[in-house]
Formats: sequence, structure tokens, C-alpha cells
Amino acid sequence: MSLDPMVLLAILVMATMNYLMRAAGFWVMAHVPLTRRTQRMLEALPGAIVAATVLPIIVRSGPAAGIAVAAAAAAMATTGSSFLGVAIGVATAAAVRALGIAG
Amino acid sequence: MTAVSEKREGRVYYSWAGMIEGARLALPVMPGMVMFGAAFGALAAQNGLSLLEATLMSALVYAGASQFVALEMWPEIATFGGIAMLGLVTATVNMRFVLMTAALRPWFGTLPSWQSYPALFTVTDPGWLIAMSYHARGGRDAAILVGGGLAFWLLWFGSTVPGYLLGAMVSDQKTFGLDVIMPAFFVVMLVPLWRGARRAIPWAVAGGVALLVAALVPGWWFIIIGSVAGAIAGGFIHES
Repeated sequence: MSLDPMVLLAILVMATMNYLMRAAGFWVMAHVPLTRRTQRMLEALPGAIVAATVLPIIVRSGPAAGIAVAAAAAAMATTGSSFLGVAIGVATAAAVRALGIAG
Repeated sequence: MTAVSEKREGRVYYSWAGMIEGARLALPVMPGMVMFGAAFGALAAQNGLSLLEATLMSALVYAGASQFVALEMWPEIATFGGIAMLGLVTATVNMRFVLMTAALRPWFGTLPSWQSYPALFTVTDPGWLIAMSYHARGGRDAAILVGGGLAFWLLWFGSTVPGYLLGAMVSDQKTFGLDVIMPAFFVVMLVPLWRGARRAIPWAVAGGVALLVAALVPGWWFIIIGSVAGAIAGGFIHES
């Protein structure tokens, strides 16, 4: 039950950043009109964030992670359940490693 | 989302019945929320956070994507530079909230600030989606968003605790595949966003730039530079 001061600082910084992001769109709409281009940039952002985060992490983690993430995406696309998608991804990684197919 | 709907809509209000209705509308998503909250707790235990630290993070930050990324970065946050980097990465990963709360303006904009700004803390991906579809059906009760958001919030940090206790018992996260929770969670969020190959060009740009940056620059700049590159690409691809 310890609380490291640096960890507390990290949590407070994250919490502040997140609230600022949550408030920013609402605030901006009242003060500056969003241009079509800005709107399109923001629309492209969620997918861009996922691609920019996941690809390098897969490259770092190795082939088992790549296979697992592909299985998760396929499960999500067929079942529409995000929970099932992640569960199948995790199970795939464990299975692929247990069978020695990839590390 | 436009000025037209702003004129069309009736009075915006908060009601207790709306709080309960908001939580009820959130029910179908709750099992998933609990599982992800528990997964976060398990990974936090694996990465050396204390139970208090993990729960506090879930309660105050309340944004799964950035919490999972923070765990990936974990050993580096022991320095002020590392925390600054974490702040930047957090802002980037959650920049999608900007578009989401911008869309809330026509609905929440008529409320006084003290009633609208605190409510924004409760915005989550599923909660926002549920509230937006309620609003699109003609509903005006602001408590729908807050009721769903608060229910998710309780579940989110509440489920961190059992997840943490289970995670602390697992000796090697790779054996059980726990290390792929974060990338799988991200990719699963991407699937419903698929609108054809043309709309995915910015994703490819983001991924390509991120891989390049990851190979050349140490640290986590690849998330920030890759995401921004993808967003810029999206801004310049014209709708056909």
C-alpha cells in the first residue's frame, strides 16, 4: 500500500492532461469554429494513434505479439465484441508461445 | 452537431431519473469495462505499481488507453523528464476526446459552465457513444451522460482491485500472454473505425512514420510524431 511521490506526480500529470483533453473540444467549439480541415484531422486521429502506438510495440515484442494482435482484430471483426477480441488475442499469444511457434 | 440542431432542440436539464437511465443504457458495455479494468490492475501489478497507486490512477486518470500506455513506459517515469514525456504521450493518446467533447457542445453548451465542465470528466468512449445516440433520438437530459459515466467510473477503478490481486499471483506475464492486452485493446478499438481503405491512408502514414521514428529516436516520441503525421495526412485527403 505504498505511494511513491514520483508515481503520485505522474498520476496527477496524467489526470490533468486527460481532463484538459476532455474539456478542450467543448471549450474550443464555443470560442473558435473548427475548420473542415481541422475536423478531418481530428477524425483521422483515433486510428492514427492506434497505428502509431501498436506497430512499434509489436516490432519490439516479437512475432507472437503480431500474431496475437492479428487474431484479436479478426475476432473483433467477426464477433463485434471488444472483450472477446482481446481475450482471443491474449489466448493466442499464450498458445503460440506454449507451442513454441513464436516467441 | 451543427447550428441547425442547436436551434431545434428543447431545454437541456439534469434529472435523477436520467442518472439511473444513463447507468441502465450503459449495462451492455459493463462486463467489458470490468474485464478491462481488471486487466489494467493485473498489468499494473506486473509492472511493480502498488495496489494504491494502481487504483488511484484508475480513479483519477479514468482513461484506459493512456493508462495501458503508461504501464508500457513505467520504469522511465521515475525521473521528471520521464513524467514530462508521459504527460505528452497521455495528451496525444487522448486527443480523440477533443473531437468527442466538441460534439457535445450543441447539447451541453446551453447549460451554465459549472454544470457542463465537471460533466466532461465522465466522458469515455462507450459512454459518449451511448449519450450521443440518446441525444440523436431527441433526448435532452444531460444526466444520461453523467449517469453512465459515473457507473463506468465506479466499475473501472473498482475492478482494478481484484485484477491487481490476481495479476500479482502471475509470475511471468509473457507465458499467459498478458503483455499483448495493451496492443490488442488498441487494435480492437480500431476495427469499428474502419471506413474503407481510403480512410485508412492516415493510419498507414501514422504507422509508417511511427516505425521510422521508433527505429531512429529513443523513447516514446514515435507515438506523438506518428499520430500527428497521421492526423495531418487525414486533413489533406479530400473526401471524394
